[in-house]
Amino acid sequence: GAGNAGVGGGNDFQWCFSQVKGAIDEDVAEADIISTVEFNYSGDLLATGDKGGRVVIFQREQEGNNRSHSRGEYNVYSTFQSHEPEFDYLKSLEIEEKINKIRWLPQQNAAHFLLSTNDKTIKLWKISERDKRAEGYNLKDENGRLRDPFRITSLRVPVLKPMDLMVEASPRRIFANAHTYHINSISVNSDHETYLSADDLRINLWHLEITDRSFNIVDIKPANMEELTEVITAAECHPNQCNVFVYSSSKGTIRLCDMRASALCDRHSKFFEEPEDPSSRSFFSEIISSISDVKFSHSGRYMMTRDYLSVKVWDLNMESRPVETYQVHEYLRSKLCSLYENDCIFDKFECCWNGSDNAIMTGSYNNFFRMFDRNTRRDITLEASRESSKPRAILKPRKVCTGGKRKKDEISVDSLDFNKKILHTAWHPKENIIAVAATNNLYIFQDKIN
Amino acid sequence: MSSEVEKVKTIEDASAEEQREMEDKVVSPEKVEEAKLKARYPHLGAKPGGSDFLRKRLQKGQKYFDSGDYNMAKAKMKNKQLLSAAADKTEVTGDHIPTPQDLPQRKPSLVASKLAV
Repeated sequence: GAGNAGVGGGNDFQWCFSQVKGAIDEDVAEADIISTVEFNYSGDLLATGDKGGRVVIFQREQEGNNRSHSRGEYNVYSTFQSHEPEFDYLKSLEIEEKINKIRWLPQQNAAHFLLSTNDKTIKLWKISERDKRAEGYNLKDENGRLRDPFRITSLRVPVLKPMDLMVEASPRRIFANAHTYHINSISVNSDHETYLSADDLRINLWHLEITDRSFNIVDIKPANMEELTEVITAAECHPNQCNVFVYSSSKGTIRLCDMRASALCDRHSKFFEEPEDPSSRSFFSEIISSISDVKFSHSGRYMMTRDYLSVKVWDLNMESRPVETYQVHEYLRSKLCSLYENDCIFDKFECCWNGSDNAIMTGSYNNFFRMFDRNTRRDITLEASRESSKPRAILKPRKVCTGGKRKKDEISVDSLDFNKKILHTAWHPKENIIAVAATNNLYIFQDKIN
Repeated sequence: MSSEVEKVKTIEDASAEEQREMEDKVVSPEKVEEAKLKARYPHLGAKPGGSDFLRKRLQKGQKYFDSGDYNMAKAKMKNKQLLSAAADKTEVTGDHIPTPQDLPQRKPSLVASKLAV
């Protein structure tokens, strides 16, 4: 094919391999499976969380520092153990340390803050740099040992001397015991003071400074659990209206709520649902309509939802149906029986916008990921693989053959590796740089310029 | 005479059915998949995608008999770090009281992430 031009940028635009992080060995330890990827607001920091409860933060190198062709590479900045496995004594259930989500706070001073969460507990981490230390203390020597006071004959003023950069991560707040069910989302509010956390049945609003209390703002738990028909799958705060948030459900609906309307937002302000043809309903309909991710556009005018087979863009002013629908891997519709049997039908794919909201990206199987250009309506399938991992190698578009004759370079649906799932992707807020998590490896791709 | 008429009718019926089947296959691959599934699992719940899935989702998490059980399993893991195989066994609940032998072994994350290398 003619390269991957045109998607995500101008007509001359092409995606190239930049970096890959993680081990190459075939035997993947479960703890190393990446479970979340997130750029910060400037895009200079890229955070990953894994099933082992660890967070790794990468920082983009300043351009012009070293070799001209290593344009803005991401290197390890900090890593720490965010969550540990715990045991719920009441239910005799293990609480996984897997990091479900990381969300950055907007930067307000030299330190960086992020929220990370597992199924039950949210933590606020402060990541700060230390590049100076004081030397010449009076009461202790260079090794920290106390000096004998009788030996001190003169006073000196300690001097600040540069030291090798040290990046420290410390937990500043721990928001615990507010969720009976498993947390699937956290979202920082545009007021920079509050954030929401959502589990299967409830959504809570927190103040970043207060850990012993949170407000419950949505509760869909039925009085009788036998009557349970849907769960909350994702939630997000509006990017600039601090009173608005949305949450999606396992039935493919999205509710937009206004916190000014009432303290408990059980009644939505807007209800988004695409009408379904009842005659086409099958056993799988509800399962594949379950929304696995919801993301507002940066502008706040649109939102995007991901269900099993498609990505939909909604105009917040129109509840009756999405304004755009993009098929991610429609060829899987005739494989639903096996995908149900191997549980893949329950995989939760995420989706993301580019900085200017004119392109969207989501993952698929076989380490494929898909991008859609909203203006040109062009789409592309790319692969995150070690084989296309030479520096600045242009990524070749991939194609899945759905039937009939398989062309050279196409892959047939039955040859797809369903264990290689790309569930988590992130797009730099300003530039054409993307981070793609392929099981235990993190791929970074950039545009061809430079 | 009558048998001939019957024959003609059967052929017409058969081709109408075939056409419907073909239409189904062309129009709804989902329904074909659904039929496959119901053929393999005839007792699959009447409520599609309903409470069973949701309840299983709400109860996600590995169950242990008690905290002693859990701590023993963790301790075993610290000693035998090579044991990683059976991580994907299904949950053991409801049928019998789980014992440490039943439950999939977990590897604690004692080492730094390989992304940070």
